[in-house]
Amino acid sequence: MSGPARTHVKTWVLLVLMVTFGPLGDIFLGKGMRQLGGSPELRPAQLVHFFVRAFESPLVWLGIASLLAFFIAYLLVLSFADYSYVQPASSFAYAVVALLGYFVLGEVVTPIRWLGILVISLGVFLVSRTPPRTTERA
Amino acid sequence: MNVRAVLCFVIIICAGTGGEIAVSRAMKEIGEVHDFSPRNLVRVIQRAFRVGWMWFGVGLMALGFFSLLMLLAFENVSFVVPVTALSYAVGAFGGKYLLGERVTAARWMGVLLVCLGVMLVCIG
Repeated sequence: MSGPARTHVKTWVLLVLMVTFGPLGDIFLGKGMRQLGGSPELRPAQLVHFFVRAFESPLVWLGIASLLAFFIAYLLVLSFADYSYVQPASSFAYAVVALLGYFVLGEVVTPIRWLGILVISLGVFLVSRTPPRTTERA
Repeated sequence: MNVRAVLCFVIIICAGTGGEIAVSRAMKEIGEVHDFSPRNLVRVIQRAFRVGWMWFGVGLMALGFFSLLMLLAFENVSFVVPVTALSYAVGAFGGKYLLGERVTAARWMGVLLVCLGVMLVCIG
């Protein structure tokens, strides 16, 4: 496989990992934090107590583990691809979050929101047609 | 949306984007990763954390993460996550002016569409 083709494959494998683990992490965190119920007072003692309770939730830790997997894939892809390419390309994760919110959490997803997901996907497609790297190698 | 939610969003977007740009800068300093074996990945992460930008970026991202946690306690995931995509505009400008990346017209158009889609998701 040629250099640019290999870079494209590598980029897409890492992007797939990002759009899988990122949304999964958000869903786990969302479910875990909603179980705490309500927002804390913005005072140091209450905030500390709130975050201590948050870190007692297994769902929050599952979310953190997923986001860590996302972060490693993200770091690796940023070692060779442009930030301004990776960021929009990984935005497909927003569609995945809506899908998971709908199917897993039972959240209401209106037709306008689905249209938004379609527009996001179009934007992602457009960004993916541009070269991943526009700067010289370090 | 209450003041607390707005404050959380501002921190998530600003600290999150600033952190990502700093991390991106650090990763560019250590160069492209060719060997994806676990041992080498550990070595790459160790090298990355010897770069000051990485610590700065991770610190900012942690700040954004705690704000996200707080926000998720009282807002829906399908609302919170799309709104944070407002960072796309900030990110594209950051990539261009701070990292020297060449953001082409097509890429700007893609970013614009992504933002538009995110807005629809948000109002939907």
